Amino acid sequence: MLNLIRAIISRDLRLALRRRADLVSALFFFIIVVSLFPLGVGPEPELLRKLAPGVLWVAALLATLLSLPRLFADDHRDGTLEQLALAPQPLGLIVLGKVLAHWLVSGLPLTLLAPVLGIQFDLSGEALWVLAFSLLIGTPALSGIGAIGAALTLGVRGGGVLLSLLVLPLYIPVLIFGAGAVDAAVIGLGAQAHLSLLGAMMLGGVFFAPWPTAAALRIALE
Amino acid sequence: MLEASNIECVRGERTLFSHVDFRLDGGELLDLQGGNGSGKTSLLRMICGLSAPANGEIRWRGELIGKLGEDYRRELCFLGHHNAIKEELTPLENLLASAKLADEILDAGEALDALEIVGLAGREDLACRYLSQGQKRRVALARLVNERRALWLLDEPYVALDAAAVELIAGLIGAHLQRGGLAVLTTHQTVNIVAGSVRQLRLN
Repeated sequence: MLNLIRAIISRDLRLALRRRADLVSALFFFIIVVSLFPLGVGPEPELLRKLAPGVLWVAALLATLLSLPRLFADDHRDGTLEQLALAPQPLGLIVLGKVLAHWLVSGLPLTLLAPVLGIQFDLSGEALWVLAFSLLIGTPALSGIGAIGAALTLGVRGGGVLLSLLVLPLYIPVLIFGAGAVDAAVIGLGAQAHLSLLGAMMLGGVFFAPWPTAAALRIALE
Repeated sequence: MLEASNIECVRGERTLFSHVDFRLDGGELLDLQGGNGSGKTSLLRMICGLSAPANGEIRWRGELIGKLGEDYRRELCFLGHHNAIKEELTPLENLLASAKLADEILDAGEALDALEIVGLAGREDLACRYLSQGQKRRVALARLVNERRALWLLDEPYVALDAAAVELIAGLIGAHLQRGGLAVLTTHQTVNIVAGSVRQLRLN
């Protein structure tokens, strides 16, 4: 079981490294969107500190969304998805591997970049830590929930827009508690309650979402 | 071993075929024939379990394939229209990755031998996007060299292959049948396969 997940992750990581353009474009999107806000609203530290949690989290969410359509589309096009569906293991486990690989190439780099970008918003050291930690446990949930949408819109014409309409509402709770945690840290309250809820969502997103995703994939293959 | 009774296939509003029956035992080959759009691929996908027939049932060793699930998939090797290879990976990486995902043990030496047999010696470290259509098909078919699963389902295996490669694949299928395996094949070419018995099924 672990071997299978490891095999999927190593294959997907190798593929991601062979076409770095996709990976880098989502990251640059994140950097640019976040950097536009201080330029647009002006250099008032008070205002920027207030904006920071929401801006960083919304940008992270949109950057994740950018990379979602290709989660299954390539495998679907070249026939690999059929082979995965016919593998003698549960398809849900294979999806779990793909979700983890997606997080490693999209969520993890966002998490590592966010504190650096947070400096533009005059966030305190503690708030930067909370920001990084909230993204660390929040982005896996984004990958997991997004996988359901990616599977449901597989093979649909104009699936990208539909995917956003489908997935963005489901991201709202993650956004509220993710940005809420950073907000709490900025105004000096404890972020622990927000982070606990975010952790629960992460576990739900990563370990439960693969099963409906697998069911949606089987429908798409029929 | 593989039994289908009264299969019906409906695509949209149209019934592609109905009342299809066949039975296949060890060492036998089923040759699916029929014009374009007659439902050969659809039937093959039903036998795989990828799609469900509108009517009728498919049994493997007496059990419904839907019930067997993973136990059935463990005995099945499907090769579809698409090659299921990654353009970014080399033939060697593709072969090793697909073996791992299918839960099979294949070491690099065996994989290299398989690639040599299908005529890709010297190309094993070249990304697949630089290969020709026929060479990509050979990469996909290299899986069959070490494949010991009982049931092979091959959808137009000879597409894009040259005469020598067609001969080679026919030989691999023949050897599989002699080991007591089963194979279901769709093709538009008549290729001689040395086998115990060849059954033909014509869809129209």
